[in-house]
Amino acid sequence: MQQVINFIYAAVLAGTPLLFGTLGEILTEKVGNLNLGVEGMMFMGAAVGFACGYYTDSALLAVLGGFAAGALGGLIYAFLTVTLKANQNVTGLTLTIFGVGFGNMLGDYIMRHSPGNAAFVSEKVKAAFAKLNVPGISDLPFAGKLFFQYNVLVYLAIAIAILMYIFLQKTQAGLNLRAVGENPAAADAVSVPVTRYKYLAICVGGGISGLGGVYVSMTTTGGTWVYNCVNGLGWIAVALVIFAAWSPAKAIVGSYVFGGLSVLRHYVVLEIPVAIYAMLPFAATIVVLLVTSVRQSREKLQPKGCGINYDREER
Amino acid sequence: MKHQNLAVSIRGLCKSFGPVAANKDLSLDVRWGEILALLGENGSGKSTLVNMLSGLYLPDAGSIAVDGEPVYIRTPADSFRLGIGVIHQHFKLVDVMTALENIILGLPKKSRKSKKAHEKAVSELCDRYGLHVDLHKKVYNMSVGEKQTVEILKVLYRGARILILDEPTAVLTPQEIDRLFDILRKMRDGGKAIIIITHKLNEVMAVSDRVTVLRKGETAGTVETASTTASQLAAFMVGREINLDIERVEPKNLSERLNVVNLTCVTEDGRKALDNVSFTLNGGEILGVAGVAGSGQKELCEAIAGLYPVKGGAILYKNVVDGIEISENIVGKTPREIFQKGIAMAFIPEDRLGMGLVARMDIAENMMLKSYNDTKSLFVDRKKPTEMAKTLIERLDIAAPGVNTQVSRLSGGNVQKVLLGREISSDPTILISAYPVRGLDIHSSYTIYRLLNEQKQKGVAVLFIGEDLDVLLALCDRIMVLCGGKCVGIVDAKTAKKEEIGLMMIGEGGGAYA
Repeated sequence: MQQVINFIYAAVLAGTPLLFGTLGEILTEKVGNLNLGVEGMMFMGAAVGFACGYYTDSALLAVLGGFAAGALGGLIYAFLTVTLKANQNVTGLTLTIFGVGFGNMLGDYIMRHSPGNAAFVSEKVKAAFAKLNVPGISDLPFAGKLFFQYNVLVYLAIAIAILMYIFLQKTQAGLNLRAVGENPAAADAVSVPVTRYKYLAICVGGGISGLGGVYVSMTTTGGTWVYNCVNGLGWIAVALVIFAAWSPAKAIVGSYVFGGLSVLRHYVVLEIPVAIYAMLPFAATIVVLLVTSVRQSREKLQPKGCGINYDREER
Repeated sequence: MKHQNLAVSIRGLCKSFGPVAANKDLSLDVRWGEILALLGENGSGKSTLVNMLSGLYLPDAGSIAVDGEPVYIRTPADSFRLGIGVIHQHFKLVDVMTALENIILGLPKKSRKSKKAHEKAVSELCDRYGLHVDLHKKVYNMSVGEKQTVEILKVLYRGARILILDEPTAVLTPQEIDRLFDILRKMRDGGKAIIIITHKLNEVMAVSDRVTVLRKGETAGTVETASTTASQLAAFMVGREINLDIERVEPKNLSERLNVVNLTCVTEDGRKALDNVSFTLNGGEILGVAGVAGSGQKELCEAIAGLYPVKGGAILYKNVVDGIEISENIVGKTPREIFQKGIAMAFIPEDRLGMGLVARMDIAENMMLKSYNDTKSLFVDRKKPTEMAKTLIERLDIAAPGVNTQVSRLSGGNVQKVLLGREISSDPTILISAYPVRGLDIHSSYTIYRLLNEQKQKGVAVLFIGEDLDVLLALCDRIMVLCGGKCVGIVDAKTAKKEEIGLMMIGEGGGAYA
């Protein structure tokens, strides 16, 4: 039993950066833009978040900095695709290339200019991302570990998922946003400000993806910079969006499942090479894409306007 | 000069797209409490005008006044504030949302309230104008008529006083059209100003109070509907006298060519697109196919052409070889196999530039698409297709600078002539033609009718998928009515009534076979 709980616990921790990336991309795709730059924005968030945490000694600024870096990535993407109407796929891929390079460059710079070529955020910052300890509740048998011993970012991710679900499904602004993603011409004809919605959703979505990067550099690596630390999480997040059928609520489950796959080797020990374990999340991604391609329901499909730039006067 | 009773007054409006002037010096007036028909051929600038009034396009020059006050409509929001509501030709609805969600979409902050409250208000609106729609139905499950109702509700709910309907009847059944006109009259009597845009003359005569005719982006003139006739309007619209009668050549030497038996096709999502459809198609006749859009017309054409998988039934092709009559089942054969068996079939698909021609290639190259496999040489033979293209341009009076003109640069009518010309030049025995006059102006439409009649006289079996019942009744010999993939009946076009076919299209009445 304890082993199962430990596994779930580890799965949630490993799945949380994926959840941030997936949520960011869901918001972006819901407004009709396919941003393949998630990986890049996570790298930007990771490096800038780390830099803020290291230089300002403030956990809050680390989170805000990571968010801002991701949002900046989103802003670049939004300017190119929404205003200049550049091809979304190419722009996204380019953003990934840029973000990975930028992130590693900044991270390496900090490392090389630190005493002993190793930079760690202070204990104070680290403590802010330590696991929760509420006296009484966190020590409960089973439930304590399962629900009340995660770090603050895990709860933040779940909160964002729930809020995003409510926003998209229950509010007028959410309805407008979804309409922009489904049929921008229809939204435009009823005076929904298409461009404003696109910019806001893409930037906020980028920021949320950036938080996934902060998670990586603050908790996964333990508050230091590891070269290539994001390592493909952003790409899995793009696939997870499809797995979650563009629903923030389902993204929670999907992310934890994939998180579980990535830590499986520590809990289910078989006589197979480590490379096979490492391959699992990516193999599962392919399977997911295959299975979901036969999905029927219209509501669970990609927003119809996704990937196509909207030009009002185009004939 | 201010007219108190003028709802909209437009003076000297211009709009160009690059070198093409869509509107030049366009002027018109609409009064409160009247229905104004805006009549014009394709490319006369009707839709451009609508888009300027709805704030989607910005005019290059000219002025618009609403209620006597000069206004500038920069965005759709401006348009709504002025009380202008546009029902676009291609519905602007979000498929995965419900009717109610579409109606409340984009409402300004101050009029936001709970969904329940919205629902109540919309229902009241429905009652007032006699509109019926299930507010919780998803748009993708709706018929075209229902979608249109949602569009109308959408603009009414925003308090529109000036309604503009762009080609509202194009896809409706006669019954739905009557219902729409009743609603429009009710709104007119309530004091609203209504502009209805159409190129169907009989509808103009039926519903409007005044008619403004557009020609090549300019206002050709305005007349009282009561004091004019359809043929006068047509002459006005085209700029010269035109004969509106469609000729129907008496069919002779009928011989059975195609016998379709219990044809059943299933779509990818398991729905029956065609359900036990049986009919015969004779050489020397035009068999019309009527039906609400999406009743299986597309699948029927493509199944016969060998492009759509057939689940059950047979398509028997009758031919006389060496004096012996044989019939052969062509189900399961590829288009090329069908072609190689000497079955000459010409298929004019509904989507001309998508399926029929390659828009980026020139006319001669498009001729080659059908014959590229005939030569044994490693390189393509450009001579023959170029010759053929030249002949077609001359014979069909195609307005193109030359054989090397890209098809995408031609107007709709000329594109259709290229396609039809290529298909009939292969001397087919069967001609399948889906919506051949869709989007064509009067003159081009009549050229197409003439070409189809020519083929019929040559003994070709013509299958004509149409949407305008008046045309179907005038041109065809028999009309098959499809409803939900089923053949509801086949009527004699000489004796059938429009209302009768309309009822059959929505699955009521029927059973008649001619």
